[in-house]
Amino acid sequence: MSTANLDPTLNAHSVHAAEHEEEDHRMFGFIVFLLSESVIFLSFFVGYTVYKTNITDWLPSGVEGLEVREPLINTIVLVSSSFVIYFAERFLHKENLWGFRAFWLLTMAMGSFFLYGQAVEWMGLPFGFTDGVFGGTFYLLTGFHGLHVMTGVLLQGIMLGRSFLPNNYAGGEFGVAATSLFWHFVDVIWIILFILIYVWQ
Amino acid sequence: MSNASLDAIAAKSDQPFPGAPNNWRRFFSFSTDHKVIGIQYMVTAFVFFLIGGLLAMVMRGELITPEADLVDRTVYNALFTMHGTIMLFMWTFPMLNGLSNYLVPLMIGARDMAFPRLNAAAFWLVPVFGTLLMASFFVPGGPSQSGWWAYPPVSLQNPTGNLINGQVLWLLAVALSGVSSIMGAVNFVTTIFRMRAPGMGWFRMPAFCWTVLSAQMIQLFGLPSLTAGAVMLLLDLTAGTSFFDPAKGGDPVLYQHFFWFYSHPAVYVIILPIFGTFSEVFPVYARKPLFGYRFVVVSSVIITVLSAMVWVHHMFASGTPSWMRMLFMFSTMLISVPTGVKVFAWVATVWGGKLRLDTPMLFALGGLVCFLFAGITGVMLGAVPFDIHVNNTYFVVGHFHYVIYGATVMGIYAAIYHWFPKMTGHMYYEGLGKLHFALTFIGVNLNFFPMHPLGLMGMPRRVSSYDPEFAYWNVIASLGGFLLGVSTLPFILNIVSSWVLGKRAPANPWNAIGLEWLIPSPPPVENFEEIPIVVSGPYGYGSNESLVSNNPAGELISEHS
Repeated sequence: MSTANLDPTLNAHSVHAAEHEEEDHRMFGFIVFLLSESVIFLSFFVGYTVYKTNITDWLPSGVEGLEVREPLINTIVLVSSSFVIYFAERFLHKENLWGFRAFWLLTMAMGSFFLYGQAVEWMGLPFGFTDGVFGGTFYLLTGFHGLHVMTGVLLQGIMLGRSFLPNNYAGGEFGVAATSLFWHFVDVIWIILFILIYVWQ
Repeated sequence: MSNASLDAIAAKSDQPFPGAPNNWRRFFSFSTDHKVIGIQYMVTAFVFFLIGGLLAMVMRGELITPEADLVDRTVYNALFTMHGTIMLFMWTFPMLNGLSNYLVPLMIGARDMAFPRLNAAAFWLVPVFGTLLMASFFVPGGPSQSGWWAYPPVSLQNPTGNLINGQVLWLLAVALSGVSSIMGAVNFVTTIFRMRAPGMGWFRMPAFCWTVLSAQMIQLFGLPSLTAGAVMLLLDLTAGTSFFDPAKGGDPVLYQHFFWFYSHPAVYVIILPIFGTFSEVFPVYARKPLFGYRFVVVSSVIITVLSAMVWVHHMFASGTPSWMRMLFMFSTMLISVPTGVKVFAWVATVWGGKLRLDTPMLFALGGLVCFLFAGITGVMLGAVPFDIHVNNTYFVVGHFHYVIYGATVMGIYAAIYHWFPKMTGHMYYEGLGKLHFALTFIGVNLNFFPMHPLGLMGMPRRVSSYDPEFAYWNVIASLGGFLLGVSTLPFILNIVSSWVLGKRAPANPWNAIGLEWLIPSPPPVENFEEIPIVVSGPYGYGSNESLVSNNPAGELISEHS
């Protein structure tokens, strides 16, 4: 073994490089996971489209259609939050931790608002999960997406907590980047979902 | 030099391989070493193979006479359902995951998988969903009876009225197995993309790794559709929705689409790594480079892409419109082209070679013969008029058992024997291996060939009693089935006794080329003393160029000739 390998600074350097590489793997793996996840949504979307085009008495009796106004507000909030989270990340890159926390918290608030809005909408709807195929697919799609929003907000909470740990934000960057990517993903899914369910009635 | 560094050196020389490779206890522990996880997968899978095989033998026992006299019909339904489910989700998938887990990091020159803890978690889900599946034998009404494909509306029937019934446990187990497989797939894809040793370009990667990559891509992009279908079916069963219930406006054929969009490509998840195994085994025992390496690799990728476009051929008799049947007949037959490329490449590899008929080579050759037969009947089944004629007969059962047992299981055996010395550091007993091959090859053909004439005569599948005119071929098939059961005994004896008593294996007992053969048997934790720098392609048999420019085992590089 050469003495060069035993030089402590060199070791520290290679450890850092290895950590960096590890972080790259994690991001790559996470993107691969999201691609796989999107196929589940795609399957549900395909299912919805097949039902919608094939079933003649699609809406449950007594239901005219879905109210679009409130979901639209919800959509605007969720889509905007994608920009807010982008700025939060920018602050982190500039090492402005308080800026990061403020915008990150705002994203969490917007995500929570979306969940609240969806809960209010669900409670006011005249049909349930078991009211025909329409009821089933509606709650399956919005519910499955809602679970993802909830997961996103939860992850954001964890990242926010970690930002208060001393010296953490070398190790926390992957978490922040992945959470942010997840949030954009959830957002894009919602846009497709909104068009499919609320616009194409 | 700091004290810490000196301590590190001292610790290293005291314990050359932390968690010594031959300590058997670590195979029962939570380990993140890909080699331990690989063997854990393989052993677990083999236990389920034996259980699934026993169920099959009860079925063959029932079918030895035309009357339903051994088990009653509900039990028979449960038998073929659980046999199919276990053999796919509990045997072939985990077995091939285990094999890939063990081999891929070694073959690409990595110290481990990209996410070792995720890897372990994916494995430990296997006993969990295996237990869940087995628990269905003990709930009221017994296990699922709707076949391994769980088509509604049959699978929506719940005669016991219990919330926890065999079908629900089945669906939960399948969904969990999906979670485990996706975790595994993310890991494999990341590992192969990101962790290849320096110098190992895409076209210097062994064909086996290419086939694993292809298979795992199918898992990533096909499996979610099965998961979606399983979730919806579960909701129909337990929450009162009506996605697939025709009585309430649902669409049972949509389930078939969800199911086959994954479950047809799933056969490539199984067979592709076997293609990879053939591509590794033939060059070694024929002492020749793999013929048309690039074509073999590219054909795997083409099969992966085409595999997503053929699922409707399982639904030719499900009211599928004619134009769609034509389209899928065409795409199905198209798959035989890249597959044929591979077969010709193997034949050309073996052609004129100096063959060494050791057990791995025998199993690979036997597997190839069975695969050829399965391929021919596969093209026949791809033709709509023929498929409609033999739909739901034993012809189909015979075809896929030639794929699954004839090619896949024999391919798995080839892989196990070939890499056994590497995995355990011991040589297996050649005589027992050859006996195992002879029994298996005869058993496969006795068991599964008669199913073809039976199918052509019109014997339906999934029945426990049949017209006496089918008795002749059924008796032969049953005897073949029992022979297959017997054939596992010399295998178990061989593996157990040679692992304990077998003579020590050198690093490279076959004089093969590949990174895994440059390090000691069994490989140390973290595999490589020094990460290899790859300087040539994977199959340089007969050439004098060396595979790597440094020495990954910290010893002299052995010369290949």
